[in-house]
Amino acid sequence: MNFDPRFSGRKFASVGTRPIRPDGVDKVTGRARYGADFNMAGQLVGRVLRSPHAHAIIRKIDTSKAEALSGVKAVITAADLPDLTDGDAAMYDILDNCMARTKALYDGHAVAAVAAIDARTARQALKLIEVDYEVLPHVTDVDEAMAHHAPLINDTIFTEGLEQKPAKASNVTKRSQFGHGDVHQGFGAADFIVERSFKTEQTHQGYIEPHACVANVSTDGTADLWVCTQGHFVYRQHCAQLLGMEASKLRVTSSEIGGGFGGKTHVWAEPVALALSRKAGRPVKLVMTRDEVFRASGPTSATSIDVKIGARKDGTITAAEATLRYSAGPYAGSWAEIGAMTAFACYKLDNVKTVGYEVLVNRPKTAAYRAPSAPMAAFAVESAVDELAKEIGIDPVEFRIRNAAQEGTRSSYGPVYGPIGIGPTLEAVKNHAHMKAPLKANQGRGMACGFWFNFGGQTCVDLNIGMDGSVSLAVGTVDVGGSRASLSLVAAEELGIDYTQLKAVVADTSSLGYNDMTDGSRGTFSSSMATISAARNAIKILRERAAQMWDISVDDVVWEQGHAVAKGEKHGNLGKLSLKEIAAKSGTTGGPIAGHSELVADGAGVSFATHICDVEVDPETGSTRVIRYTVVQDAGKAVHPTYVEGQYQGGAAQGIGWALNEEYIYGKDGRLQNAGFLDYRIPVCSDLPMIDTQILEIPNPNHPYGVRGVGETSIVPPLAAIANAVSNAAGVRMTHIPMSPPRILAAIEAEREG
Amino acid sequence: MVEVTLWGALSQVAGGNSKVEVEAKDIRELFRKLAEQYPGLEPWIDRGIAVAIDGTIYRDTWSKELPPGAEIFLLPRLAGG
Repeated sequence: MNFDPRFSGRKFASVGTRPIRPDGVDKVTGRARYGADFNMAGQLVGRVLRSPHAHAIIRKIDTSKAEALSGVKAVITAADLPDLTDGDAAMYDILDNCMARTKALYDGHAVAAVAAIDARTARQALKLIEVDYEVLPHVTDVDEAMAHHAPLINDTIFTEGLEQKPAKASNVTKRSQFGHGDVHQGFGAADFIVERSFKTEQTHQGYIEPHACVANVSTDGTADLWVCTQGHFVYRQHCAQLLGMEASKLRVTSSEIGGGFGGKTHVWAEPVALALSRKAGRPVKLVMTRDEVFRASGPTSATSIDVKIGARKDGTITAAEATLRYSAGPYAGSWAEIGAMTAFACYKLDNVKTVGYEVLVNRPKTAAYRAPSAPMAAFAVESAVDELAKEIGIDPVEFRIRNAAQEGTRSSYGPVYGPIGIGPTLEAVKNHAHMKAPLKANQGRGMACGFWFNFGGQTCVDLNIGMDGSVSLAVGTVDVGGSRASLSLVAAEELGIDYTQLKAVVADTSSLGYNDMTDGSRGTFSSSMATISAARNAIKILRERAAQMWDISVDDVVWEQGHAVAKGEKHGNLGKLSLKEIAAKSGTTGGPIAGHSELVADGAGVSFATHICDVEVDPETGSTRVIRYTVVQDAGKAVHPTYVEGQYQGGAAQGIGWALNEEYIYGKDGRLQNAGFLDYRIPVCSDLPMIDTQILEIPNPNHPYGVRGVGETSIVPPLAAIANAVSNAAGVRMTHIPMSPPRILAAIEAEREG
Repeated sequence: MVEVTLWGALSQVAGGNSKVEVEAKDIRELFRKLAEQYPGLEPWIDRGIAVAIDGTIYRDTWSKELPPGAEIFLLPRLAGG
């Protein structure tokens, strides 16, 4: 990578402005095409048969009656998706999750699929498939799954991370541990200790657009896939591997995306649609229903967390410890490990220890949800921090400022921090008008901090200059939050042209080099770095072409504000050449002008946020309304401030839903009871106040413009901030998320009864 | 020579050492020599390990130099949402 990513401290003309996004008009007029909006001639309808059991051996599947039904063109089972994973355990889990092989591991696990001429026929065919199940005992609760008597979900799992391999299989796939110092000694030095246990229920990302794709496998073995995804290049890799194809023979085009938040980083329906198309010899469209999205895509972990924090009278934390148990669904994951790494990352601690346990349960395979695992850990830790401040008698903001990590602090997960933004977000909150606003009866205020790592990754961008001087920008990171606008601003900044002269698109997998997912808050961070690099490469060519047009040395040509300028006294009479003028002559000066970039964007820089929340709790019903909410977060540099604010507001809104209402409810039979938006209640506009934002800009030293990722951190503090607000309003510490009205009422009544 | 700190699970496959010394100029050489010294680490490297150099986390830039005296910390290679 011949590109210097270091922060340069330049002044900006385009970056930091707020133009309308290029995809905006199509989205508000209904023209934008999402996953289910693509159709092909001769297309069939795909439908999936799902297990009604939480845990069952599949003895036999008889598809003969379904296959005989008129209009059915293909029926598949696991036999049509043979194991080609070559010992790759993670890929095998993905394969098994797409189509159960020997056991159904959760309510909703796919066991067969059909492709038929219409939806009615496909539904009829599903009813004709006969599955002989041997129902097994199941477990859906994270704590119960760890008990010795719990039904074993996978008898080949022996807990990793223990000093000695255990003698017995268990549902705990891994133990991980982080920290430094001596917590026993630290607690010994404490004047006050708070020790609490917390629980959070499983939630779904709640994206409005369900998973949808159209697959078309040709008889020559090549294929096209049109799909709603956060990462079409990764989908191509996974689908190609699972179906035994060469990746280059599968072209994947990403549609517009109606929300992903980590939930569209894994394949579920796509390999099934491709296998159906391969068998039927026709295109197959497969769209999940909302019921299927809830039962069979990838929600976040349910958790059970114990926290212990000690501090001296002067407000210095002396020790902090947490044990975190995260559900992973029926396949191994690293969700508790992330929770253990992030739990105390906001604080300067001499003695800290966190232990994480990954726990198998008969629920859908856990997927990432926006700063995965961090919100639950922050809920537990920030609740205990608030309680400890109260016990000591220190203002909770002052307490956090006194213990906040800073440059040079050893993080709780290991390394020493460089320049970080937790201190500035806390100072901003301390001085924010929100903190001084009066509260009425039954109202409470809470605040909390949050941390997320942020990531970069493999990235590729093409920048093509048309003969009319307009510029096409082809990027490979799916636009989940306005990145086409941000990247256009970055290209405009580098080229010195107007934003309206550019058009950014998300290219398909056959048109651009490999790109990692849009995850880890990396879309704008990574692709802006590649866009800067591509634009600088294009400028080099523009200078060469101008030199040709002037018949002078390229060394005498500089690029200034969208123009080639000849420098030096001997070229004093030459006027500037605009990008448009150079482009118009490109056919005779060497052909098309373009800039390309392929790089690994690394050094994303960690991110911090602090949120303030006011709630009003009705003591008669336990109902809670969020009446004011403020997000303060470090963006490094806000390329398009409106879309940065949108990320802040979106994270807060999702966090409010998670904190107050959302939860997967399983019956004793192991079946999901509320697989729909009527019974799984996400917040709508009328539930929310205007969410205020304050963008801090502490430059990331590892990006030319100082950009940091902003997409995920905003969901980390809300659970804790709202829990602290509700606890202050209700006068009782809330320890179980969501704080739904029955839980709040029960807590108030328990407190009254002493 | 750089001193490398391993996280808990990794130190278990490195003979119980939480800190090891390696003569390496960049991340690629660091991984190669670690795998030579501690063969049990190789599958972990294949699955993915992130390297924090003075607090900045690198996941894929194996050409990244390890400055003398820098704090080198190995971490699980995580993904986001």
